[in-house]
Amino acid sequence: MEYMRLNKKNMAVFIEELGRTCEVWGPVKEGEQVKYAPVSNATDMALDGFKNSTMSPKEIFFPQSEKMLSFRREGEDANIYRDEQAQPTKKAIFGIRPCDARAFRILDMIFKNDQFTDNYWFSKRDATTLVGLGCTEPCSTCFCTSVNSHPFDEKGLDVLVSDLGEHYLFKALTKKGRELVAGISVMREPSDANIEAHMVLRKKAEDVMTVQFGTDKVKDKTVLELFNEDCWTGISEPCLNCSTCSYVCPTCHCFDIQDEVSKEGGERVRNWESCMTWIFTVHATGHNPRPTKKERVRQRFMHKFKYIPMKRNGEIGCVGCGRCVALCPVNIDIREVVKQMNS
Amino acid sequence: MKNPYLPYPVRIEKTVIETEDRNIKSFKLVFLNDDDCKTFDYTPGQFAQLSVTGKGEIPIGIASSPTEGDHLLFTVNKMGVVTTALHNLIEGSIMGVRGPLGNSYPFDKMKGKDVTIIGGGYAFTTLRATIVYMLDKKNRADFGKITLIYGARTPGMLLYKDTLAEWSKRDDINYNVTVDRDAPGWTGRVGFVPAVTEQVAPSSKNAIAVICGPPVMIKYTLPVMIKLGFTPEQTITSLENRMKCGIGICGRCNVGPEYVCKDGPVFSMAQLKEMPQEY
Ligand SMILES: Cc1cc2nc3c(=O)[nH]c(=O)nc-3n(C[C@H](O)[C@H](O)[C@H](O)COP(=O)(O)OP(=O)(O)OC[C@H]3O[C@@H](n4cnc5c(N)ncnc54)[C@H](O)[C@@H]3O)c2cc1C
Ligand code: SF4
Ligand code: FES
Repeated sequence: MEYMRLNKKNMAVFIEELGRTCEVWGPVKEGEQVKYAPVSNATDMALDGFKNSTMSPKEIFFPQSEKMLSFRREGEDANIYRDEQAQPTKKAIFGIRPCDARAFRILDMIFKNDQFTDNYWFSKRDATTLVGLGCTEPCSTCFCTSVNSHPFDEKGLDVLVSDLGEHYLFKALTKKGRELVAGISVMREPSDANIEAHMVLRKKAEDVMTVQFGTDKVKDKTVLELFNEDCWTGISEPCLNCSTCSYVCPTCHCFDIQDEVSKEGGERVRNWESCMTWIFTVHATGHNPRPTKKERVRQRFMHKFKYIPMKRNGEIGCVGCGRCVALCPVNIDIREVVKQMNS
Repeated sequence: MKNPYLPYPVRIEKTVIETEDRNIKSFKLVFLNDDDCKTFDYTPGQFAQLSVTGKGEIPIGIASSPTEGDHLLFTVNKMGVVTTALHNLIEGSIMGVRGPLGNSYPFDKMKGKDVTIIGGGYAFTTLRATIVYMLDKKNRADFGKITLIYGARTPGMLLYKDTLAEWSKRDDINYNVTVDRDAPGWTGRVGFVPAVTEQVAPSSKNAIAVICGPPVMIKYTLPVMIKLGFTPEQTITSLENRMKCGIGICGRCNVGPEYVCKDGPVFSMAQLKEMPQEY
């Protein structure tokens, strides 16, 4: 039962049955934006013409602002930080795109290293089953095939779903995924034709999505060679350091830690932060190792295409979702940047 | 699972104002829980994140050596929000410590070699720890000749005056403490660290040098070291960059592919030559 088939007419049953064991999330329209949110009904989901969520879904496991610790001013444990993480709710997310699932896998490598594990990320991540939807019509801003991926990439997903028109074809990829599929009464064995149709869709999407740039020279050049390229002045010239790219990006993960006080005590929170800001690196002495936008813009691209691959087994720190391409107010296009880096 | 962001509670047992400008203060801390104390297994060169509730967290080098017992020593220069809040805490206050963090000085490479320690200003903290560690009865035989060159603007700006006085009486450390210019009552060396280094001229044969201090001191001392024959591999320093998590996750402190908080803060000059100068 690697593959199972769900008639779209039975989506309501699917959501209902799944909802008995966990919270079900899916893409939902909110004004002009699409985001992942809890759904109680199949019709809550904005699957018609669905491309991808406006913001990346990283916020599900890594909220823009998250309480980490708390403390009280009075009592036996006055001024002692306490860890009060709640047990995360079990979730299944329907409709995650393969690029975003791959970004989760990259963040798994970031939020855990040889010494430390960030439990705030993993507790939520481990409690979630990802039911991804292969991309049949990639957007003009997408470029997953240029960053070692493709529109039906399975890495990072628990279940890959193919939209066959009348049916969805479910391919269970992990234990979590198999359990989810097995728990739904309206799943049916697919026909050979169903599986064949899935293969055709997958092939078609890959063919449409041609490779737009290479990364071979970026890999071969040394850190300092890339760092000292002339291209950075021109690339950074239009940048406003607005940080939009960092906030929408599924792999950007930098955060700030701050204490917030209340009458009785306070909390230690973490907030998304961006390497585009001046405050990010400035020392208490006033010295700033990245004083202008040139250094900051360079950092963002070097991090994704050189530093992360060097430290994480060649994995590129960009999944080609194209959100930053679509949303950058001055039209900086990461594809053009990498072409220059790779020249 | 252990939460690497959760500080251990500690009590400030003692504070000492170190310098005549009253801007640098040392904090002797004791753990509230024995288990935390046992878990906090550190080596000189490492740092910790110090927490003041409601103010935040800052990375500070560990100035004590594990050979000195269960307490921890930190020496803090008053700069901004958190360092000022820390200076305002009185003895007996409860605060937080998270660590130990970062790599350490390369004691495995220093063993069997002469070690020259060159320091200036308040960056002397982890160098103090290193010297105390090497001079400890159990460790002294592991190292060859130990040379100290430490400079401050004035005698009143030198840290750890009691400890310095003890070292100056020992015959197993070549002790060179200097101040920038003559001062009433000062009988020691006078001159900047680079010039004193040239006079002391520690041998580079089978030796390691550790240099920490203000950027200008390092800038003018490095050429002297090269003249003395120290290779980039033999010359070690410790970097400071703005930090948050201290555990290689938040993305704040990188210099090229290396996180200062986790892959550093200690690097050799040979490593730094391959890295962008973003520190
Ligand atoms: C490895 C290492 C070892 C060190 N060892 C020592 C040592 O032994 N002794 C010593 O004295 N110093 C040491 N330092 C330097 C020390 O960490 C800094 O001096 C200290 O962090 C300054 O903190 P502050 O709160 O006083 O300064 P501030 O300038 O007030 O800033 C500190 C924090 O406040 C917040 N902040 C301030 N302004 C803003 C803003 N505009 N927006 C958002 N956030 C802001 C940030 O969170 C920032 O990290 C070391 C540094 C490193 C990296
Ligand atoms: S850098 Fe841009 S294209 Fe790449 S993953 Fe981030 S938002 Fe998507
Ligand atoms: S301080 Fe967070 S990565 Fe170094």
